[in-house]
Formats: sequence, structure tokens, C-alpha cells
Amino acid sequence: MLLTIEINEQQVSAKRGETILTVLNRIGVKVPTLCYLSSLSPTGACRMCVVEVEGLPHLVPACSHQVEEWMQIHTHSPRVLKARKNIVELLLANHPDDCLYCDRNGTCELQGLSEELQIRERKYISRQKPVQIDKACPSIQRDPAKCVLCGRCSRVCKEIIGVAAIDSVGRGSNTRIGTSYNRGLNFNACVKCGQCIIACPTGALTERKSLPQVIEALGDPGLYPVVQFSPTVPAAIAEEFGLKSNKDILNLLRYALKRIGFRQSFDISLASDINLTEEAAIFLERLQGNKNLPMFTSCCPAWVRYIDIFHPQFSPKLSPVKSPQQIMGTLIKKYITSSAGIKPEKVFVVSVMPCTAKKAEAEYDSEGIRPVDAVITVRELVRLIGLLGIDFDKLEPEPNDTAFNMSSSSGRLFGISGGHLEGLMRSINFLSTGQDLNPGKINELRGLKPRKEAKIRINKIPLNVIAVSGLANAIELMDEIENGRDNIHIVEVMACVNGCINGGGMKIGSDEKNLKARMKALYDADEEEMVKVAHKNPVLTELYEKFLSKPNSPGNQEILWKGNSKSQEL
Amino acid sequence: MPTQDLTDIRTFLTEKVIKNYSGIFDKPTTDRLAVIRHEKVSRPVIYIGTGTCGVISGALSTLERVQKYVSENNLKADIIEVGCNGFCSAEPLLDVQLPGKTRLCFRNVTEDRAEDVLNSVFHHTLQNDLTLGQYKQPGLEEWPNVPMLEQIPWFNLQTRHILKNAGIISPVSIEEYIAGGGYKSLYKTVLNYPADKICEIIEQSELKGRAGGGFPTGRKWKIALDTAGDQKYMICNADESDPGAFMDRAIIESDPHRIIEGLSIAAYAIGASQAIIFVRSDYENSLNILETAIRQAKEYGLLGEDIFGSGFNLSISVRQGAGAFVCGEETALISSLEGQRGLPRSKPPYPAEKGIWGHPTVINNVETLANIPGILENGPAWFKAMGTKSSKGTKLFSLAGKAVNTGFIEVPMGITFSSIINNIAGGVKDGKALKAVQLGGPSGVCIPPADLDTPLDFEALSGIGAKLGSGGLIILDEKTCMVNLAKYFIDFLQNESCGKCIPCREGTKKMLDILEGITRRPKEETTHETLERFKGVVQLESLANVICDTSLCGLGQNAPNPVLSSLKWFREEFEEHIFDRRCAAGVCHDLRTFYIDVEHCNGCNICQKKCPENAIVGSPKMPHFIIESKCTGCGICFDVCKFSAIYFK
Amino acid sequence: MDQIFEKYSLKKPENLIPILQEIQEKKGYLTDEIIEKVSVHLGIPTNRIYGVATFYDQFRFRRKGQYHIQVCRGTSCYLCSSSSYLKEIEKLLKVQAGSVTKDKKFSLETVNCMGGCSQSPVIRINSTYYHHLSVADLSRIIRTLREKSE
Repeated sequence: MLLTIEINEQQVSAKRGETILTVLNRIGVKVPTLCYLSSLSPTGACRMCVVEVEGLPHLVPACSHQVEEWMQIHTHSPRVLKARKNIVELLLANHPDDCLYCDRNGTCELQGLSEELQIRERKYISRQKPVQIDKACPSIQRDPAKCVLCGRCSRVCKEIIGVAAIDSVGRGSNTRIGTSYNRGLNFNACVKCGQCIIACPTGALTERKSLPQVIEALGDPGLYPVVQFSPTVPAAIAEEFGLKSNKDILNLLRYALKRIGFRQSFDISLASDINLTEEAAIFLERLQGNKNLPMFTSCCPAWVRYIDIFHPQFSPKLSPVKSPQQIMGTLIKKYITSSAGIKPEKVFVVSVMPCTAKKAEAEYDSEGIRPVDAVITVRELVRLIGLLGIDFDKLEPEPNDTAFNMSSSSGRLFGISGGHLEGLMRSINFLSTGQDLNPGKINELRGLKPRKEAKIRINKIPLNVIAVSGLANAIELMDEIENGRDNIHIVEVMACVNGCINGGGMKIGSDEKNLKARMKALYDADEEEMVKVAHKNPVLTELYEKFLSKPNSPGNQEILWKGNSKSQEL
Repeated sequence: MPTQDLTDIRTFLTEKVIKNYSGIFDKPTTDRLAVIRHEKVSRPVIYIGTGTCGVISGALSTLERVQKYVSENNLKADIIEVGCNGFCSAEPLLDVQLPGKTRLCFRNVTEDRAEDVLNSVFHHTLQNDLTLGQYKQPGLEEWPNVPMLEQIPWFNLQTRHILKNAGIISPVSIEEYIAGGGYKSLYKTVLNYPADKICEIIEQSELKGRAGGGFPTGRKWKIALDTAGDQKYMICNADESDPGAFMDRAIIESDPHRIIEGLSIAAYAIGASQAIIFVRSDYENSLNILETAIRQAKEYGLLGEDIFGSGFNLSISVRQGAGAFVCGEETALISSLEGQRGLPRSKPPYPAEKGIWGHPTVINNVETLANIPGILENGPAWFKAMGTKSSKGTKLFSLAGKAVNTGFIEVPMGITFSSIINNIAGGVKDGKALKAVQLGGPSGVCIPPADLDTPLDFEALSGIGAKLGSGGLIILDEKTCMVNLAKYFIDFLQNESCGKCIPCREGTKKMLDILEGITRRPKEETTHETLERFKGVVQLESLANVICDTSLCGLGQNAPNPVLSSLKWFREEFEEHIFDRRCAAGVCHDLRTFYIDVEHCNGCNICQKKCPENAIVGSPKMPHFIIESKCTGCGICFDVCKFSAIYFK
Repeated sequence: MDQIFEKYSLKKPENLIPILQEIQEKKGYLTDEIIEKVSVHLGIPTNRIYGVATFYDQFRFRRKGQYHIQVCRGTSCYLCSSSSYLKEIEKLLKVQAGSVTKDKKFSLETVNCMGGCSQSPVIRINSTYYHHLSVADLSRIIRTLREKSE
């Protein structure tokens, strides 16, 4: 039902039940927000978005207050501006004055608010007790001193990821975002997805930096640094540097990586092809024996950790194959470089990921020669490019110089929720019938919906498959399965909503437009690519002949299966 | 009592009393009721107030002593534990009723006085210093030269409807409550009226919520009744956590069935079959009493399924608050009941539409609900006849602080604060002058003497910038430092802030920082801190206004009140602290400078020996001297001086 | 603890606070093992439970002393200089409010209001109330208790 309200003396129509903020956004009146995130339930905690409504004794928060007929709203009256400014000043009183050294210098929302409200001096001074930075986790670092208690991280962790690894602790001015008994983030339910980092308006949550280690390795003449990157990285880099996300971007990226000092660069999608080949074989075996179904994919380390902690009884359902990152690292060290006569211990593999959980994954798979030596996020790569003064506008595309960059488009689809499953369906079909899946494009598994279900007939057997993203959505599905739902064959889970294109290592402040662009880049690549099924990747033929054994054979289990990795700390 | 008797009495009370709506009884019934209510006794009855206030004053020891007295003297007497009649500073209270004579009330009967008091009664040699008065009981012989209890200053201005039974009946005797007319209103309600009629009656009575907000109770009920929902909840908020307020505790400890009856009627009116009493966990006694009372009500069929065959079901559960002031705020209370941190939520939606687990929920405080049975029994017009144009009925206060008499009282709306203080409270203790009255708990205001002729009325109070609050009334004498008191309240509030919204969490902390700066010892202050102090003072008022304006819930919106009201009425005291660095009341220790009065000092040397800073010099037998620059103002010399030779400015 | 879990057998979040209250009643304080167990029983993450427990004054995470001293800090007691009593006790026991003496004999805490405003200042040691005390009384009481415990 439509009603009329008045905003800054202008009549505006609004729908009943809408919040004031929704209306303001629609008509282009900007009010600052801090604790509000459109994907989360509003709490009205920060009071940044307060507006004046005539007749009400107090200012009201636009984010949670609903419109009523003939409300007269002032969004930027002197009273409102004074209140907003004062609130930011109060926050700044407790905030360390170290913007110059802060990870979020330039992307900090508190900085932005302070600028927007023209704060030019420290008005309130308070003595803060020194707090300890939580560095226990290999993926995420917490600096409580910079926390403004907006609660976005804990709401994301609870509402989107569903694990509530961090939550408010204490009361009043002693409130902190913390963990049970103040144990570090590594010793609780945290799955290390890094969504809290993306949600954090300040530098209170950041990824653990691997850059110093990488820079050191690059300067070490005794090492042979190589880099591998996720298929989501080219599009993300294009977006970051204002480039067109087309075929060239891959070659531009390669050139940039070479300029940085990496001797070789690899697209991880090759390893995804191996992953698909193995998983297809494993699935068919499970289907035949009707055991450990539904099979859960295991390429998302946050998801795997979730199962380890909360549903250990489901562990056997997980695909035992290592994630593409770890397979690629193994492949590089044990085959590609060693075939060229470089000793594995000299090779330093850096992986560029849209993900923070991958840092922990690499860290904990370190028995013997660890496949991946350092993982940097897309954000860290952007910094490295800046640090080394690389200007994309002046770069020439670097043609691919190694056969090991050949991958099917299925392998690249791993970057988006549903993509792994789509590739897997093609491989399963090819493996069981020798034919291409028709149609090869599974529309039900595409798009930005958090849960996508498809029914696909392979070799006359109808298979029910589900791709779910956002761990909280997966948890719902787990409940269904636990409550007896037994008609599913394969479940693909990505902890981050929409998968790696929205990973915890991506750009801070990504919006839906960014997500759509990243998605499109992956789907376009699939359109353009001739080789659409992992099994048809010619490089795999070589690898399976010279390095690996038959898919799902004991020999491959040794190299490609999990289980040798150190168990993760709980 | 044997089971047969219990069943018998239950049938009698249910059939003859609760269900007899006329209130007119035949002779045998009247007689039997008088016996149940101990108005007619066949042997002596001794009553001891063992509410929390009594217990703190030593009532349990008195009780033991009385039991010993009775058994030693082979007396055939009943001993009954009752709640408090409100006169807490007179605790332990002990009443005695001899057959045929009126009931007597004695004050401050500590263990050591119990025997004398009982002797004086049994030997008819009353000592007047401990005799508070006698009850008015027509038909019984009065004690000579003993004032009527209702005429002594503590009681004579009170109108006691809610407190009708307080301190008189046993709180754990449902029989006594029913015999006094209890549960009749519930019977009438569930059998005679549809729910919306009850809402209407309450709305007609113009009863407003007594927790501080002052929202019309009947309207709140109507909203919940009109909101669709398969389950609704009625909650009694007894999580009284204002420091200095204890009326809720007092009602529960003295007359729990009144709450249960009020709560049941409210539940019926909003269409709820579930009710919860949310009690502060520190109130162990109240918890036990409530559990007992609920059990009794169930045994009488007053709770449970199909009450009086009306089809109305109600179960009441008691939940303990876990200790958070903010849970007095209704949405925070709901969070707490749901098992979460007690964080308030944005309103609207109001709980009456969307409360606990999203169901329509009404939350009323203890006093509000205690008014309900009376209104139903006597009609809305009766209630409306009491009070003023904008405020009807009576109001409970807990009187505390520096008054001669303290405790909890029930006064009609419209009474002036000065008559409460001068008559009921008996003025300020130790002959000191009155400085202010603190009204409404930590986020209340301090009213100066000049404004005390304001009548007790929602409108009149807001006219002078005050709020009624929940009913804490604290009397402050001239020795109170208003800056220090404001600091105390802000300290309390910043500690009790839930921490959710920024203005309340950070703002109250900053206000405390500023007030601490004002009262910090000047000598220990660094230049930086001096600057900070001045900056702070300049900002104090505007910060306070922003906190009021932007905070999420009532706690934050009212948190700056103690500072704002003190600044309004006692500004010069702030200025004295800020600019002269002086605390005239001598409460802010850091601001004291000590001096020795040469006239009184005989050079005993004690202060010199005790001074931790070696700031005192002087030869024995000669007046001493304090070196100002060395003195830290700790006050040890002041405390140890036996000759009152040390003073401070 | 199993009995308590049995009493609140439903996996409902609203049982959290009553469960914690009853456990503390029995055990005196909450440990991380207890929170872990409650977490498993109710299916609520430990952090949330810890967050809830630290929100309320009632829950403590350290053992109480043999004598648990509570000093009322209500307005009325405050006006009757309960803070100097508190300071005196802190001096006598050599601990700050909110902590336990080294010998575990005394623990000291402040409470918001005991509801005994007419008897201010009120102090409670275990279940015994003391009111209208002088500073000298305090040191006598603490001395007696200390001797009694030895």
C-alpha cells in the first residue's frame, strides 16, 4: 500500500512496511550508516543514520524505523548533523590514531565518516586499556582496539555463515567482540572464511599477511618462486585496475606476475580438472555401492572445517580429493618443476586466492614438502602490484608459455557457486557414457541464488544435485539431510555466498555489480572455451600417463587425497 | 492443618467467598472469615515481619527469641511471619494480638528487646517508646494510651489499597488473601466479561503504567488483544533493579497473591494463556514466596486449565533475572527471556504487537498489576476518583536516604513532595537541612526544595522537567555533594549500559571521565589533564543532549538526566568544583585541603605519626601545622584527631 | 549437571539462562568446560554462551571465597558512605572488589541494591546481613571470620 511522506520538505511516496532508509536510498538522499548492511538484519545500534521525524521526541534510526503516513522527516537538519558528528567523535575517542599504519587506510569507513562529517580534532580523550591482538589464526587477525562494535562481523558470522565464532562479550563500555574465555580465533568454531573481514568497517579484522614472506622469497636468489592463481583472480584484478575483463586480462596478469618476479605462473584450473576427474570416478563408485551419498564437495576449506567441527558424522560423505590449490602445489613441486630439474625444496609456491581459509588450508597441509608455501589474497596481490610500481596501462599481454596452463572451462567454473557441480556433472556424464552432457550448460545451477537444485539424467539415472552457498544455507540443508532427506546425490557447498567470486579475500566493499561482472567473466570463458569437460583436457592425458595413476586408484590417493594433512587445531 | 480441614476450608473459601460476588455474608461466614484473617483470635498471636528489610535488621534472631519465649513460658500462642508494613526503618516489626483486644504493633524489636516487649504485652505494662500503635479493629477492646496505627505520621497521609494487606497477613497464606476479598475480581472477570470489556474497564480507570513510562495500561492491553496471534504472553516485570527502590520486592514479600490475581486478569484481558513473572535473582525471598503462592493458586484451581469452568487457561512461570539493570526496559527483558544478551530492540514494533519470539506480549510492572484487582472490585470510577486530572489512583514510593523515617509508602496521586518529606518521612535526619529529593532512580532527577510543592502528577512533574520514574524517592541532606552524586549515577549507568548503541555506551563513559576529571585531585593533574578537564566541562552539556537525543532505549535516553538536572538546579556547585576546585560538602575527597585549628590542637602528635605523607609538622604539646603542598587530602589526620582540631575546606 | 540438563531437556535457547543459573548455584562458578557442555546440550555456540554469561552480573567465572562479602552500592547505601566501607574492606583484605584473596578465604564484590535501603549501609557475608556498621566493627568481623576459618 502506498503512503505519502515528506522528506526534507519534498513529498515522496513510500510503501507501508518500508524503512526510512530504503526510501532515502531510492530517492537519492544519502545518510551515513555504519552498523547497517543490506544483507543483515538491522539492529539500529550505531545511530549514525538517525533522522529527525517531526513530533517524535528523539531522533530515530532510518535503517530500522518504518515509514508512517505523513511523516515529516529531516535528514540533514542541524540537530541531526550535530548528533552524527558527536557519535563519530565518541567513537574516535577510543580509536587508535594510527591511520597511517593501518591496513584499512583509505578503505576505512570510520575515516570516511570522519571526513564526511568534517571532524578536524580529537574532541574526547579517553585512556584505553591496551588490548591484545589475536594472531592465533593463520587466516584472520583481530585487533580489538580498532573495533567500533558495530556488530557486522558477528552478525555475518551468525546469519550468513551460521557458526557465530565471534560474538559480543561483556557489557557497557567493557563490551568487546570476542571469543569464549578469550581464547584465540583459532581455537573455536571459526571456519576462517574471512567474511567478517569484508564486513568490518575498520581495521579491526584483517587477513594474516603473507606478503612479507612472499617478498622475502622473491628476493632470495636460492629460491625458485612460482605463482598459481584462482580463476576468479583475473576478473578481480581487471575490476581493481579498471581494465576490461576479457581474454587479454589473463595474459596481462601473467605479465604482471612475471614482472613481480615469479618465474612461472599457473592457473589453478588445471588442478580443478584433476579434481573433477577424480571426483567423477569416486562418485560413480559411491553411486554403484550406494554408500556415502550424497557426496559433498570438499574444495572449500571453510566448509570442510565446518564439517570437521560440527558434523564429524558427515565426514565420510566429503569428497576425499584435495582442493585444487593443494593439488596444483603438489603438481608444481613434484612434477612440473622437477621435470625441469629444479629441486622441490627450492621451489616456493605462492597461491593467489579470493579466500582467507586457503591460508589455513596451506598451513595445515605441511607434512613433508608442503605443496603451497604462501597464500595471498587478491587484496594482497593488488598491494604487491602497487608496491612494485606495475602500471597495467603500459603492460603488454604475455602469451602463455607453458602447457600446464591449459584447462577446461569446467575447471574455471570452480570460482562460482554451482560451477564445480556443473563441471562435475559434465565429467560424470563423460565418464559413464563417453559423451558430452547435453545441454552442457546447466542453467539451474547458474546465477546468484544461494541454493540451486537440479535434476540431471545421466546414463538414464536421474541425479539430484544441489549447489548451496553461504554456510548458514548449507547448515539448513544439513538439517534436512539429518532429518531424513535422502534423495540427493551430490551437494556442492561454498561457505561464502555465491562462492569464491564473493570470497573473504576479495576487494572490500564489493557490490552486486562487481559480483555480476565476476560471474559473467567465468561464464563467458565457458562460452568461449572449446574444451568444456575436464576429461578432454589434453594436458591431463599427459599427467595421467607420466605422473598420476588411473583416476581413483591407490596411487593417486597417496598424492591427491586428504588425510595426510595435520589435523586442524580446534 | 490436616488435609481434611484444608479441603474443607478450600471449599468454603471458593464457594462462599470467591463466588459470592455480592460481598454480603451471613453471620457464620463472617465469623469464620474473621478467624481465618486472625481478626478474632482465641489465643495470642505474635506476628514478625520477616521480609528482606526485617531480615537485614535482625528479624530472624528476634523470631528465634520469640519462639524461645513462647516455649519457655509455656504459652499457647501462634507465631506468624508476615511481610513488611512499609515502615522499614522501624524493622524488626513485631505485632501482638491478644484475644479480645486490638492488635498492637511494635517497632525496632531486636532480639534483645523481644522479651521486654512481650512481657509488657502479656503483663499489660506497655512501654511507649517501642509501641508504634494499635490497629483499628471495631468490636475489639482498644489499648489505652496507644495511638491508632493509621493515625501516626507514617500512615496518616497514606491511602493504602495496594498495601492493604502488607505486613498484616501472611504472604504464604492464600486463605487469608481470599478471606479479605481476594480472587473475587478474577472470578468476576473470567465469568462475566469478555476480554475487550476488561481492557475497556482498565482504560476507563485511566491507570497508567507505574514503571516510569506512564503509558495507559488499558490501551496497551487492547493493542495486544487486537493483534492477531495464536499465542500471547503476559509478563510481570519484577526485575526491580533501581538502586534505592524496593517496592516491588515489598509487595511480593507481603502480598504475592495480589500480583498473581492482577497478572491473571491481565492475561485474560489480552488473551494469553502463558504468563511469566520475571524476578530479580537477588530477591531470593520473593522467589520462594512467589513459587509457594503460585502452587497455592493452582491448588485452588485459580490457575491451570479451564479456570472456574470458563474455558480460560493460564499457567504462570517464574523466571529469574540474571542481574542487568537494562532488563527493566521491556525489549531488553524480552531478549533476556529468550536466552540472549539483554539488548534492547528498536521500537516500533512494540512488544504488544511483536514481543517475545515475535508473539504479542504485554509487560507490566508489579505495581501496575497490583492495582488491577482493586479496579475490578470497586470499578473504574472508584479508581478515577483518586488523584488528579492527569494522574489517577495511588502511587508507591520507596523512601530512602537521609530521612528520619524510611520505607515504602502508598500515597494518592496529587500529594505534594513536601508533605511526603515533612510528614511521612518526618523530615531530614539529624536536624540537617534538606538539599534535594532524588526522584526516579539513577536516571532520575534531583528536585531542589523550592520545587517540592509540586503535586505528584505526571503532567506537573514534566512541567518542572522531572519524571515520576519507578518510584524511588531519596532524600538528600545538606552534606550531599551533587557533583559526586551525579558521578555516582553516571558510573552506575555506564556500567549498566548494555553496550549496544554508541551514544549510550561511549557517551556515558565519556561523561563519567569528565566528572572524574572535575573531582580529581588538582595537584596530581598534568597539564594535559587540565586541558582535558576544561574541554570536558565545555562539552558535558552538549554531549548529554546528544545522548538523550540519539540513544536506542530509555536507559540511554534518560542516562544524562542526573547530570542535566544537577546542572539545571545546582550549577553553582559544579562551577565551584570546576573553577574553585572545592567541594563544599567535603564529599569529593580529592578536593579537600586540611587545616589545623590552633585553638583546638593540643599537640598530641597522633596526626603527625599517622600522616602517610609526612605533611604534618609540629612539636609535642604545641599546635601542629599541615604543609599544604605535601598534603594529599587522604583525611587520615581528620579521622584520627580526637579534639576536632582538623578541618577542611 | 546431567540432572539440570534433564530438567531442561528441550533444546530451546530460552533455557540457557536458567541452566547457567542452576549450574552456578551448584558449582559456584562457570568454567569453560561447563560452557562447552551447555553448548553441546543446547546447540548454541560457546561464544554466544560466554557472551550471554558475561553480560549479566550474576555469573562469575572464578570460585568464591569461603566468605563471600557483598557490599551494597545502592543509592541509599552510597549516601551512607558505603564506598568508604568498601575501601576499608579492600584495605583489610588487600584485594579489589570483584576478586578473591590469595588464601581463597574471602571474596569481595559490590552489588547494586539489596533492597535494604532503610538499613543502609548494608553488607552481606554469605547469608548474614550486617547493617549500620562502623569501620571498627568491620575489622572486628573480618578478624573473627579469619580466625574462625583457621
